[in-house]
Amino acid sequence: MQNTIKSLANGLKNKEFSSVELTTDYLNFINKSDLNAFITITDELAISQAKAADQNIANNSFNILTGMPYAHKDIFCTKGVKTSAGSKMLDNFISPYNATVSDKLDNSGAVMLGKTNLDEFAMGSSNENSYYGAVKNPWNLNKTPGGSSGGSAAAVAGELSVFATGTDTGGSIRQPSSLCGITGIKPTYGLVSRYGMIAYASSFDQAGVMTKTAEDSAILLNLIAGFDEKDSTSVNRNNEDYLKTINDSIQGLTIGLPKEFFSDGLDDKVANKIMLAVKEFESMGLKVKDISLPHSNYAIPSYYIIASCECSSNLLRLDGVRYGHRCQDPKDLQDLYLRSRSEGFGDEVKRRIMVGTYALSAGYYDAYYLKAQKARRLISDDFQKAFQSVDVIMGPVSPTTAFDLASIHDSASMYLSDIYTLSVNLAGLPAMSVPAGFSQNLPVGLQLIGNHWSEAKLLNIAHKFQEQTNFHNQTPAKI
Amino acid sequence: MSLNKDKVSEIASLAMLSLTDEQLKSNTKELNKIFDLFTELSQLNVDDVSPMTHPININQRLLEDKVVDKDKSKEFQAIAPKTKDRYYLVPKVIE
Repeated sequence: MQNTIKSLANGLKNKEFSSVELTTDYLNFINKSDLNAFITITDELAISQAKAADQNIANNSFNILTGMPYAHKDIFCTKGVKTSAGSKMLDNFISPYNATVSDKLDNSGAVMLGKTNLDEFAMGSSNENSYYGAVKNPWNLNKTPGGSSGGSAAAVAGELSVFATGTDTGGSIRQPSSLCGITGIKPTYGLVSRYGMIAYASSFDQAGVMTKTAEDSAILLNLIAGFDEKDSTSVNRNNEDYLKTINDSIQGLTIGLPKEFFSDGLDDKVANKIMLAVKEFESMGLKVKDISLPHSNYAIPSYYIIASCECSSNLLRLDGVRYGHRCQDPKDLQDLYLRSRSEGFGDEVKRRIMVGTYALSAGYYDAYYLKAQKARRLISDDFQKAFQSVDVIMGPVSPTTAFDLASIHDSASMYLSDIYTLSVNLAGLPAMSVPAGFSQNLPVGLQLIGNHWSEAKLLNIAHKFQEQTNFHNQTPAKI
Repeated sequence: MSLNKDKVSEIASLAMLSLTDEQLKSNTKELNKIFDLFTELSQLNVDDVSPMTHPININQRLLEDKVVDKDKSKEFQAIAPKTKDRYYLVPKVIE
C-alpha cells in the first residue's frame, strides 16, 4: 500500500509519527532523488509549517490535511517563494502574493515541500520545455513523465510527495498522471479559482490535483473548489462534498465509448488495457454504449489556434519593465522589450506566441481564430449530445505509454500526442486519469470524462474502480 | 499555406521577439508544420455556427467599484528591475 492522505492523516492523528518526522523523510527523499521533479525545495518553510501543524494536532485543532506534505506546481504564486513557471523569464520572480489555491492549502495546514518542475508556462507535453531541464519518469528514467505538470506527477509517483497540485490547459494534469500511473482530476472550468495561477490560455486553464487515489482527490477538491470573487471566471454555485457520494453504487450507469478515441493512432497495447478496464466496469454492472464525437478531429487545430492566440496576448505583459527578466543595458525602449523577451522565453513559448500573433493579425483572424472558435462550439455540442444518453465517457488519455526523452523533435509532432485530452478543455468539462494497468512496465491511464459539474460522479466511479483493482497501489522501484 | 523567412521575421517583430538567423530558419520550418496541422479546419463548414468564446455559459461578472485592498505598490515595486519614486524606469523615450 502507498502513503495516501487518508492513511497518513490517521498516523498523524494517532501520533504514530509527527508532521516534522514525515516532512523530514520526504525532504530526504527529494534531496536523494534524480528525477529533477522540483525547481525549488522549500525545506525551511516546510519544517516550520510542519512544526505549526504538530502544535495544532497537539491542541486538537486540525483537519485531514494538517501536517500533510505536498508538492506545488511552480505556476501557482506563492508569497515570498520563487514562482518561475519553468521559465528563465521568471527565474528571479519572488511572488508578492499568494494564489487562492496556495492560500487555501496554507490555511488547511498542509506542508509545502517545494515547487515542481513544468514545461515553460505550462506549454508542453513532455516537460522538456522547462528552463530547469527535463523531469524523468520514476518508472523508467529514460522516459518522459509527460507534461506540463510532469514534476508534480513524478513527485507523487516517485514517493517524493503525498500529493501535488497541477494545472490542465490541454491535458497537463491527465497526461502526466497517465504516464506516471497516478490519479489526476481536471475539474470543470470555473470550479477552482485561477487567481494567482500564471496564465497561459485563460479560457482553458484550470487547476486540479494529482494523487494516489480518487479518494485523496476528493479530499483535496473539497478544499480547493469554490467561488472566488478575485477570479472573474470563477462560477458562483453551491459547494459540494465530493466525499459524500464517493461510495455510492455505480450499477446501471452507462459508459460511452467514442469511436474516434480508438482510431489508428492508438497503440494496440494501450487500447487493450483500456478495454480491459471497461470490461471491469461491465462486470460491476455498468452498461456500455458506442458513441461518436464526430468533430474530434478538429480538436488539435481548434485548441492550438485558440490557445496560441490567448498566450500571445497573456505573455505580452512580460516585457522586462515591472517584473521578471530584463536585458542588460537596453539602448532604447524597443531594445528593452525585444531583448528581454527574446532572452527570457524558450523556443516553444516563442513559437506559440508567434502562432497566436499571426492567427490574430489583420487578414487572418477569420480564417484562424474565428473559425477555431466555431469548431470549438461543434466539439462542445458533440459532448452535450453524447451526455443525453451516457453518464460518463471513457477512453485513453494518451495514445502511447511514456515515450523516450528527446525522441520527439518538432512541435507539431508533440501536439499530436494531445489528441485525446484537448477536446475536454475546449468544452470546459471535468475529466480524470485513473491508473488502468501496465504495458511493458509503463503505466496506462484510463480517461473518465463527465458533463459540467459532475466531479462527484467521476470521483465516485474512479473510487469504485480502485476498490476493485490494484493498479493505483503499484509503485516504481526506488531509484 | 507556406510562410517564408521574411513573413516569420515580420511575425516575430509584431510579437516583440528577435530571432537569430538560426532561429529564423528553424522557426520557419516549425511554423509551417504547425500551420499544416490547421489546414484541416478549412474543410469544416461553420456557416451557421456561433463562435464559442467561453467554455461555460455565464455572463462576465463585474466587481463593485469600491476599494477592497490596501495599496501594495511598495511590495510590487520591490520586485521590479528599476524604479524611482513609485515609477517604473525604462530607457528615455522623449529627449
